[in-house]
Amino acid sequence: MVSDAAAPPLTANLLTGFLGSGKTTLLRRLLRSPRLADSAVLINELGEVGLDHLLVEAVDEEVVLLRSGCLCCTIRGELKEALLRLLERRRRGGVPPFSRVVIETTGLAEPAPLVATLTADPMLRWQFRLGAIVTVVDAVNGDDTLNRFVEAMHQVAVADRLVLSKTDLVEPAQVAALSARLRAINPTATLTPSAIADDALAELVVMDLHDPDARPAEVGHWLAAAPPDDAGHTPHRPEVRAHLLTMDEPVDWAAFGLWLAMLLNRHGDRILRVKGLLRVVGIDQPIVVQGVQHLIHEPQHLASWPPGLAPGTRLVVIARSLDGALLDRSFRTFLRLAAAVPAG
Amino acid sequence: MCGLCGLFGGARHWSDAPGERGRTPEAERRHRVEVANRMLQPFGLRLASWAGRYTLTGRTGRAAVVDHVGTLWPTAERLAGRPCDPLDPALLGELERW
Repeated sequence: MVSDAAAPPLTANLLTGFLGSGKTTLLRRLLRSPRLADSAVLINELGEVGLDHLLVEAVDEEVVLLRSGCLCCTIRGELKEALLRLLERRRRGGVPPFSRVVIETTGLAEPAPLVATLTADPMLRWQFRLGAIVTVVDAVNGDDTLNRFVEAMHQVAVADRLVLSKTDLVEPAQVAALSARLRAINPTATLTPSAIADDALAELVVMDLHDPDARPAEVGHWLAAAPPDDAGHTPHRPEVRAHLLTMDEPVDWAAFGLWLAMLLNRHGDRILRVKGLLRVVGIDQPIVVQGVQHLIHEPQHLASWPPGLAPGTRLVVIARSLDGALLDRSFRTFLRLAAAVPAG
Repeated sequence: MCGLCGLFGGARHWSDAPGERGRTPEAERRHRVEVANRMLQPFGLRLASWAGRYTLTGRTGRAAVVDHVGTLWPTAERLAGRPCDPLDPALLGELERW
């Protein structure tokens, strides 16, 4: 127990995607790779596709509301229990000492409560760290699913990795159109067809911000792909879309924290993902900020600015029905308030 | 918003992290309080640093203890009796005039 408490947290990956998108097929392929060999797997139900892996646990869905009643922070009780049970079995030597857990969600799952379970639950947050969120999108039905189900839109919005399945069943033009739509919703995620080697897919899942060596490339990708905020001319104008906030001069950290906390307090239910790099007054290194809905992760430093990126703040806000111009105005107005405050 | 939101451990908020190089934690808190007070002024509220936490006081003297930035705005809304919305054009207009 003591040694486990001091051990580094285990990485937990969320594998999400709509009904029939091919999550379980992808999971089976991922687990063939040596990169994910020491993974435990939690799935919502044991499906027809057999998973030949060291450990598979079935989780029934049970939603437990916190006393606060905040729906966004609803904790999935069964998921918590399953994760704690897994840790206990690992401690007792009942299962091999896995270093990663892959959680496959049901198709209809809203991702934010799952993220909250992992990152805010008092019992879990020291034992797990959130790895890449992988969302599978079906090239055949993806467009229609995004039109019909807000949960699907949210799954795309929170993703770090978008994997496009069944691309061989549709015309290239359809794949291109869906890809453009996905990039407009979430330009910060990598977008990869599932028809690549298993090991390459596994590498995408393993790579995340927790690896200092991978961090610059990961952050560079977020921002290289971020569209200008006037990207309203894209073929699709999804209800969920990305907004890019920029500022060349250094920002006051206190003002930024107060502003983002205020924004998330009032609009956190429709801000699905925040990712960015900040140039902060008095700090030479860029600061990485990212979060899912209300939940902002502990900021991290980068050793230097990613190649090709001039020093400056670049923040991508992926949100539902948010006025980009108003968001930009708010960002500038609030951050400017700090300028008149004497340096402490 | 619930108390968990934005909170990643005890009484810490994610925005407690980097601060400005060269500032002591206490100087950083003082600076945060000054910046917050500019944002809180339109709502008739005032923040003060108090024993490692903060107090938030309204014009009528109503006050509340605030642990960290994550709970500041829900508390401010309660004391002010109205939403503290950073996207409210009227609020932005007022702040822009400063």
